[in-house]
Parts: sequence; C-alpha cells; structure tokens
Amino acid sequence: MAEIRLEGVAHSYDGGSTWALRPITMTWESRRAYALLGPSGCGKTTLLNIISGLLTPTQGRIWFGDREVTHVPTHERNIAQVFQFPVLYDGMSVYDNLAFPLRNRRWPKAEVDARVHAVSRLLGLEDQLRRRSRSLDAGRQQIVSLGRGLVRSDVAAVLLDEPLTVIDPGLKWAMRSKLKEIHRDTGHTLIYVTHDQTEALTFADEVVVLADGEVVQTGEPTELFLEPAHEFVGHFIGSPGMNVLPAEVGDGGAVTVGGDTVGRAVPYPDDAATGADAATGDDAATGDDGAVAGHGDGAGDGTGGDRTVAGLAPGPVHVGVRPEFVTPLDGGGVPAGVPTLTARVRAVRRMGAYDLVDAVLAGGAADGSRLVAKVGAGSTAEPGSERRFALDPGRVYLFRDAVRVGRVVASANGGGAP
Amino acid sequence: MSEVAKPKNNRAWFLVLPVVVSVAFTAVIPLMTVVNFSVQDIFSPDDRVWVGLEWYRTISRDPEVRAAFVRTLLFSAQVLLVEIPLGVAIAVAMPKRGIGVPFALVVVALPLLIPWNVVGTIWQIFARGDIGLGGWVLRRLGVDFNYALDSTDAWVTVLVMDVWHWTPLVVLLAYAGLRSIPDAYYQAARIDGASAWSTFRFIQLPRLRGVLTIAILLRFMDSFMIYTEPFVVTGGGPGNATSFLSILLSKIAVGQFDLGPAGAFSLMYFLVIQVVCFVFFTVLTRTGR
Repeated sequence: MAEIRLEGVAHSYDGGSTWALRPITMTWESRRAYALLGPSGCGKTTLLNIISGLLTPTQGRIWFGDREVTHVPTHERNIAQVFQFPVLYDGMSVYDNLAFPLRNRRWPKAEVDARVHAVSRLLGLEDQLRRRSRSLDAGRQQIVSLGRGLVRSDVAAVLLDEPLTVIDPGLKWAMRSKLKEIHRDTGHTLIYVTHDQTEALTFADEVVVLADGEVVQTGEPTELFLEPAHEFVGHFIGSPGMNVLPAEVGDGGAVTVGGDTVGRAVPYPDDAATGADAATGDDAATGDDGAVAGHGDGAGDGTGGDRTVAGLAPGPVHVGVRPEFVTPLDGGGVPAGVPTLTARVRAVRRMGAYDLVDAVLAGGAADGSRLVAKVGAGSTAEPGSERRFALDPGRVYLFRDAVRVGRVVASANGGGAP
Repeated sequence: MSEVAKPKNNRAWFLVLPVVVSVAFTAVIPLMTVVNFSVQDIFSPDDRVWVGLEWYRTISRDPEVRAAFVRTLLFSAQVLLVEIPLGVAIAVAMPKRGIGVPFALVVVALPLLIPWNVVGTIWQIFARGDIGLGGWVLRRLGVDFNYALDSTDAWVTVLVMDVWHWTPLVVLLAYAGLRSIPDAYYQAARIDGASAWSTFRFIQLPRLRGVLTIAILLRFMDSFMIYTEPFVVTGGGPGNATSFLSILLSKIAVGQFDLGPAGAFSLMYFLVIQVVCFVFFTVLTRTGR
C-alpha cells in the first residue's frame, strides 16, 4: 500500500485537439477514501482508468509510492476496480470468480483457497461461494466483482466507478455502508467515482471535484460546502446551489451589486494554499505546452493573479453566497458588520423542513439576478415585497473567471446600508 | 384514469385475417396436399387408392433412404464441427475498429451474396483437375484428385464448398455477438491478468451462447436440406456418394413421379428436422443455466 502520485497527468483521446483531462498534479494518500465528483463527461472515468492502467496518459507520470507505473500494464499494478455494472465471469461460481485472478497468476491451490476464504469472510460471501455468480442479486454481484480485486495480496488501491448505478435505491444505503465497512477493515486507498453529491459527501474523507477535465477543488465535505474555491463547486454541491450575482469591485475595494454597495472586497492570498488551488496553480505552471495552456484559461490565470497582486484589482466579479447564508430581514435595523442586499421577494417555496425564499435583485446592472435564501420553515417574507437580505459575513466570496479570489466583508461604515 | 367506453365486438379477427390467409397459402395448404398424397397411391388424378400408412412403412424401410439419411446426418455433423469453430475464430480475429472493419465485413460476406447454383457452378469448375485452379493445384501437389470418379474427393469437394459458402454466416453472427460485449468485461479481464485464451473462454464464449444457438440451428437446417450445390457439382454421385436426402427425394418425386412415397418421405424429413432442432435448442438453452 502506498500513496498514488500524479505528475502533470493529462489525456487526450484524439491526439491533442481536445483534452478529456487537463494536466493534474496531486497525491492520493494511502488509507484514505476519496470521492471523485463531477458531472457526466468531466473526465472522472478517464482519470480512474489512467490510475488503474487501462489507459496510458497522453502526458505526465504516475507513481505508486516510489515506483513509477506510467507504462506498467494494468495486471501488474494490483488495482481492484469495480465498474458501473457488475462484471462477472457469469458461468463460474462465486468461488471461481474470486479465485480467477490468482489462478491466472499461477498461485498454488492451497494459497488460492486460503485467500478466497479470507476475502469471502471479509465481504460476507461465505454462504454464497458455491452459487453461480449470475444467480446473485445486483448488489451481491458488485461485492463479488470488488472481491476479485481484493483477493490479491498487496492491493495498491480500490477504484470504484459509480458502482451503485444499477443498485436499487433502497439497497444503496446498505451497500454504501458495506463499502465503508470494507474500507475501514482493509485500509486500502479508495477512489470512488460518482456524479451524486450526497454519495460523495457521505462516503469520502476527501472529495475531489472535477469539471471539464480539471480538478477545481479538493477538500473535506464541509470545506467544499463552506468554502467553495470555484463557482462550479458552489453550483454542483449543495441544494439549491450557490447564488452567483454579477458585481463590480470599485477603486476603493467597495463591492457593488447593481449599484447597491454590499461591502468591501478582501483578497484571499491564503486561499492559494488549499488543495484545489494548488492543483490549478500547478496547472498553470505545467501548462507551458501551448495546446494545454490554451485550455487552461481562467482558472490558472485567476489564481496566478491572486498570488501576485496584493489588493483585488477593480473590475467585474461574481459574488457567491450559499442560500443557507442569506437571511431576509424583518425591517428595522441592520446588525453592524453584516453585508446586505436589497431584493424583491418573488415567491416562497415551502419545502417542509425549510422554506426557499426566491427573490429578484432590484435595480442596476444586476437587475433580474436571482437570490435564493434557505430559511427555517414558516418564513414571513411576503411575495412582492422588497426586503433587505443579510449575508453571513464569513461566507460571501468573490469569484473572477469562476475562481475564488476574495471575500466580502462589511464596509467600515457599518454594513452595506445605503 | 378515466374509463373509455369501448364497444365490444369481434372486429379484431379481421386484423389477423391477412396473416391467416397468407400462412394458409404458403404453409398449410401445400402441407395438407403433401399429407393427402402420402396416404394414397395415385395413378392418375381420377384413379387413386387409399393406402393408409403404407408409404411411410415403405420409405422407412428403404435401404437407399436409410443410407441417404445417415449420409446427410454425417454431412451436417461435419459442417457444424468445421463451420462453428472456424466462424468464431475468424470473428475473434476480425478488426474491432478502424478502416479494416467495413473491408473485412465485405470480404467475409461476399460468398453469402452469390446465388446457390452459381456457387455450385463455381466449385464445379474450380475443383476440376484439368481446367480448375483448385483441382490443378492439388494435382501439381501430387494428389490424385477427381471428384467425378472418387467418392471421397466428391464428398470433400461438397463439404469444402459448403464451408466456403456458409462459414461467413457464422462469422457475421459471432462478430455481432462479440461487438455487443461491453468494454468493461475486457478491462476486468486485463485487471485480473487473464490470458487471451481465458478471455475467450470465460468472457467471449459465454456471451456468444445466444448467437451460436441461432448459428447452429440455421446451419443444421440448411445443411440437412442441402440440395442445389451438390446437385450442380456432383449430381449426387459418383454412385450414391453425395446423394443426400433432398437429392434422393427430388429423384423420387420429380424423376419417378412417385407422389405417394415422396409425400411420406417429405413429411418424415420435415419431422426429423423439427425434432433435431428442438433437441439442439433445448440442450443449448438449458445447459449453463
């Protein structure tokens, strides 16, 4: 067991005209459970297949510990991989399925038997060993395909490519806890690909968010929720997604949303230290290859600029704030030190445990921009009324070219009151 | 859901009528005609005698029919033993992607596009020792090859011709079956360190079961009923060497105009094919369940 290191790994299926995966440099620590989260077609499976060796990356290198495996064939990497649907040798019994990888490696019979029994005990398949694998239910079949990977000694990592797609919703929870249990018992590095945020957030120690072939943020579930480093993360994680409002940073650092001064911009130099920004930063650094740099627009440039410029350059930005951190105010005073916004309430959607206050920003360039607030059930906001909304001071971020560049704090004159 | 008032009538029968009529004309009526022949001794349309099952007894005891039956069964068995493995092997070896795919498909499918009697004519000429390329090459290699005189040579010629003509069908079916196997199976095999043979044995072959069942049934039926090609090449000879059931049948029915025995022969022939196909189908779909 060793950490898995990617060095500027990128992949193109068509010889370089489009990139399924742009240069990624990151380390997967051993014994941790990772979720690889992103929408369909963002490069998740490509990245997984590069790690398992089913694909050789167009550029970059892969290390398992201190052994470079970039060109090592897949069966020598000791990877366990589970696919979207159960892949079984369905004429064989469960026992033969589990023994298959070892028999291919010409293990002695007694050792095969010992390993198969050890793994089946771990997976709870002991009673099923004599059964035809095809007669099992889909969940058990996935467990068997996982077992075929685990049966080898010295498994470097367990890769799961949306393994619960074909499992009944009712069974998904049970399967997920089974997988967690197996991870806890074996301590393998685990990489779990999914496009389902709940699955990712509940399963993983660390979530890697992928968009358009690029890692946009890596972090623990709470970190992704509380401190999105990229607009995509704000949208993709959380329900409903983050509010993104067009805004302007003035010469003095004042942030205005449609003429309404919200607060003051504070750059985030220390942001660059978080995992995702480190990755995108390296993206820009390794992107001296012309073709790749052309695609690495926005993200890389944004962080690069953030590092060198002390203050936040004036110009258009996006203000991002999650609905959970927006509160409609019931008239009266505005608490000091809290950024605020004015918007017209359009509707209140009662969701049971909570309400979603759906509002439209008033006036200026941001006219028509939507602001959603997630508040406790029983909100008194009247549709049609104009209100001030308080924004949680620590949770309002500025994005430029979709990358987080700063934070909004209340203006010195006490909030954003007009 | 709102309940729509539906008038109850038997109009649906009219919709089935076209099928009933066409099946009646293509299958039922001809078959009943044959049944009618098989239980009568017919001298002329006005002069016929009811003989019951007499013709069935005669045909089933006829040594010539029995010999042809064994011969045809042997021929079908050889056809299946050669064409199924060969077809699967070619399908596995065919390119999976790229410009080679359409090229290989066209080359493989060519024999299927040639009319049967033309296939016979091609091979009749090809295998001739004096002017045919195949026969000439064999003779140059020192093989005394003459399908018109030697019964083994005639048998081999017909068998090779059938392999050439019909293996492509097995190839196309197997190739389609192989293409429907998701990539993940091959990827799993690579992860598990499976050899090429193991991949074939445990992934490809089990997944070809369905198409191979169809291929075996089709090839059995067609080879058991083979007529045109051996008729053109050897005419059933030399002697009776390539006189298969269908050739014998047409000799009785058309050559000697013995409609009664020919009718009984046809029905028994039909029944044998039905039974063998049923057995094949049952065995192939039951095993491995």
